[in-house]
Amino acid sequence: MKQSRRSITDLILHLHPHTVPRETLRVSLSWGLGGMAAVLVGLLFLTGILQLFVYQSSVHQAYASVLILTREVPFGLWVRNIHHWSANLLVVAAVLHLLRVALTGAFGQGRRLNWVVGLFLLFLLLSANFTGYLLPWDQLAYWAVTICTSMLGYIPICGPWLLELFRGGSEIGGPTLANFFVLHVAFIPGSLFVLMLWHFWLVRRAGGLVQVKKDEQVPVDRVPTVPDLVVREAAFGLLLIAFVLILAIVWDAPLLEQANPGMSPNPAKAPWYFLGFQELLLHLHPVFATLVWPLMGALAFLCVPFWADSSLPTGVWFGSARGRTLAVWTSAVGAGATLALVLTDNLLLQSAAPVSNTLMTRGLLPTGLLIALLAGLYFLLVRKLKYTRAETVMAGIILTLVVLTACTIIGVWFRGPEMHLSWP
Amino acid sequence: MAAAEFGWLGLSFMNSRKERNRPAKTESIVTAGSVERFTPGTVTAVPVGQFYLACLGDGSFLALSRTCTHLGCSVPWDEEKNKFVCPCHGSTFSLTGEVLTAPAPRPLDTYPVRIENGIVKVDTSVTQKRERFEPAQATRI
Repeated sequence: MKQSRRSITDLILHLHPHTVPRETLRVSLSWGLGGMAAVLVGLLFLTGILQLFVYQSSVHQAYASVLILTREVPFGLWVRNIHHWSANLLVVAAVLHLLRVALTGAFGQGRRLNWVVGLFLLFLLLSANFTGYLLPWDQLAYWAVTICTSMLGYIPICGPWLLELFRGGSEIGGPTLANFFVLHVAFIPGSLFVLMLWHFWLVRRAGGLVQVKKDEQVPVDRVPTVPDLVVREAAFGLLLIAFVLILAIVWDAPLLEQANPGMSPNPAKAPWYFLGFQELLLHLHPVFATLVWPLMGALAFLCVPFWADSSLPTGVWFGSARGRTLAVWTSAVGAGATLALVLTDNLLLQSAAPVSNTLMTRGLLPTGLLIALLAGLYFLLVRKLKYTRAETVMAGIILTLVVLTACTIIGVWFRGPEMHLSWP
Repeated sequence: MAAAEFGWLGLSFMNSRKERNRPAKTESIVTAGSVERFTPGTVTAVPVGQFYLACLGDGSFLALSRTCTHLGCSVPWDEEKNKFVCPCHGSTFSLTGEVLTAPAPRPLDTYPVRIENGIVKVDTSVTQKRERFEPAQATRI
């Protein structure tokens, strides 16, 4: 008995250090978000494996096999629901985790590479969600994937090639399903697993979670990992699992009619985590909505830790009380401005005659304005209001996420038939 | 190095699937019906060929693809509004397939139409892209 307990402790200590600073156990430092994401990935692995026993990845059998799973297999509906809810919560947990890392100054010296690994993890889990979306082969799946793969076609030079590569031909059909199936059950989970281990190890190498910088003379108060950290992790993890299991009893994962290539549902919406981008598509030229803007955003996020002094003081939310005020103002202004822009452009779109040169009016012009606006805001915050560079970068990250969130909310609840604005 | 090689191998595996599924370039002619069946200024869906046959005001014919040029949704014809309305991003197209409301970047694609002995026939194997509508694109008797 003692022997087996010893071996479990040893296994835990392979992932964790022997002792951790007492300060990093504080829930309000990390809210356990990274751990929650890991637990959800675990749930996804388990429920995914179970579903593989029933699911068949061919156009003629996919939809029927999902129906069998939900109607005839014992607990099949529940397992599918757990998979669905874990995947959706994972997006929320991962984005909040990213926000937490940015707001507590956890991408500075010694943690830069891990920020990049984390962004790749986010990209992978969005791809996992998206490839999984096609597998049931219902109307929702078919049209969301039609739209998203069509976006690839707008990438200059290699776009049409990429489009056909993912679809496995010019149309969506059996080869597309087969491609997405392999990506969803083999390639993405494999890559996710490797990157997650790397992500955890890099946290350990950086000395655990971020803490407030202190006088080096004072020894850090450390507590043993087993049991102090491990019981907290277990409590959080079990609570989360209980929550997901209950959620999956109450709400079923959606399943529409079988895919019908002749009729798009009205409105045809992407999964909610892509509705922010779908909102961009309504306002911008497709090349800018699908390529230029997401690429600019991704590059900015990837590069931000390598800009000197871009990270906040470690371990303090928003860096300071002044930073907190800035964050609140940025969120309010960002949400208000997004709403105003969407409403104004909606009026423009409805009143004006179609413009021929949309590449200019709905592409280069808004992009130029955006860059000028960001540069102006940076100048205002740093030069006039004397905020530090780190606080300004934090405001930029918050602004990006607030705009995306506002667009997502509009897309989910305020877009009706033909994607016109309407009340929910 | 190894990752790059594996990536390249994966891409070429996926690419081979694409080559195998390329449809054979054979003519596929769909018969839409006799000329008298169509009233000028109307649009008729031809489900077999997955296209719309638009009979323009002057009695000439255009075969319009039902795929939106924006992001590939299937565009229904709205009889009341007298235009095509895309359910996905709200683009609208006129009877001739021209863009009335963005974000669609170009008019609906067309297929070649032939009229033989008063029967309208459409070749669905050739998709014609265009920047704007010109009367020459429509087929007359």
